[in-house]
Formats: sequence, structure tokens, C-alpha cells
Amino acid sequence: MAEKERKRVALVASKGTLDMAYALLIIASTAASMGWEVGIFFTFYGFDIVNKRKVHRLKVASLANPAAPLPVPNILGVIPGMTAVATWMMRRMMKKQNMPTVPELLDLCRKWGVRLFACSTTMGMMSIKDEDLVEGTECAGAAAFLEYASKAQVTLFI
Amino acid sequence: METIKADRVVDTRGLLCPMPVVKAKLALEEMKPGQVAKVLATDPGSRMDFPAWCNETGNKLLRAEEEGKGLYTFFIQKAREV
Repeated sequence: MAEKERKRVALVASKGTLDMAYALLIIASTAASMGWEVGIFFTFYGFDIVNKRKVHRLKVASLANPAAPLPVPNILGVIPGMTAVATWMMRRMMKKQNMPTVPELLDLCRKWGVRLFACSTTMGMMSIKDEDLVEGTECAGAAAFLEYASKAQVTLFI
Repeated sequence: METIKADRVVDTRGLLCPMPVVKAKLALEEMKPGQVAKVLATDPGSRMDFPAWCNETGNKLLRAEEEGKGLYTFFIQKAREV
């Protein structure tokens, strides 16, 4: 497809949980596989998805998450260790279905040219260093992202 | 129905979205324009995904078949540019 005809999707990643990382990266990788331009603006907890030290250790919330994959009443989600159990169960479900891991999906997105924008405010607020982030992440503010998103046919906040 | 000769078979059986289209894309990247990939899938979402994906990428969906027991076969011809 010619460059001018390429569609664009602009995503905002605001959550740093394993389930939200999958939701984000499945959409991003699919759009990239179709030849679309994809840009993701990482903000607040979404930063963990492009944090080299954290992307391998994303978790599923057991507390205040009635849909968490736990075999016990939701109120027991407050017990220490339940987040680890919920996370372990979701990882096991994903592995059973031969789903790639979050870092694998992220690598695929990068290979296909998905642009990763790092919210400069979050970086300052949470003292995130450039070296914490996966290679190729671009520091940007809201104005830059809005300008990018204004040319997108699809914009989603995840 | 006449048989379509496939240059490559892409087996995505047992894989869920987005892997069928991801595997198809990775295979087509290594193929020449005009060549045909035969994609096997069991993800029920692939029934709607591959027509949409081909529509977006410009690759041609020559045929979509559905066998019993949830096996879907797609013949996709690589476009001039992917």
C-alpha cells in the first residue's frame, strides 16, 4: 500500500497489568500486521509495559477485580499472595493456548515499526530514566501525541 | 472445486488471535508476490479476521473453506506490496 493510504491507530496505554498489556499488544500487533501505522502513548502505569525491568513481571489484580481467574470468593483477593495466584493462573491459561508472552508481543510490534511514545510527565513524576525503557521509545508530551492521533482513523484508550 | 496450488502452508491450528494473522504476515514477508499461502486455523475469529485482514493488506483471499470440527483453511495470494 502506498504511504499516503496507510491507516493509523493511536493507542493510549494507561494500565500496567498483564491482562491490559495483552489487550493493548494484540490490537497493536494486529494493526501492524495489516500494514497500519501504530503509535502507543504510554502513560501512568502503562509505562511498565515498556519498562525493561518490569515488562517480564506484569501481574493480574486479584483485589477489586471480580473477573480475576481465582477459584475462591473475590473478597479473599485481599489475602497476601492472591495477586501472585491470579497472575500465575492467567499465565498458565495463556501458555496452554500457546499465546506469546507480553515481551514477545512487544518485540513483534517493534519489529513491525510500532512507535512507542513515553509520556514525559509520567517519566518525571515516577522518576523513570531513559535507560529503564525498551530501545526505541520516544519521549513525548500530550501535544505530540494528540497531533499524531488527530491523523488516526482509530484511537483507543486502554 | 478446482484445487489451488499453495507455495507454502502456514499452520496456526491451536493458536488464538492475533497469532493466525501474525503467522500469516510473517510467512508472506518471506514469500514472493503472486505466491499463495495456505493458512490452517482453528480460531473461530479467523473466519472474519482473514477477509478483513486481506482487505486491509491488499493480499487476495482466493478461497476460504470451513470443514467440520472447526478447521478453517484460507488461500491467500501475496499482493505486489505487503
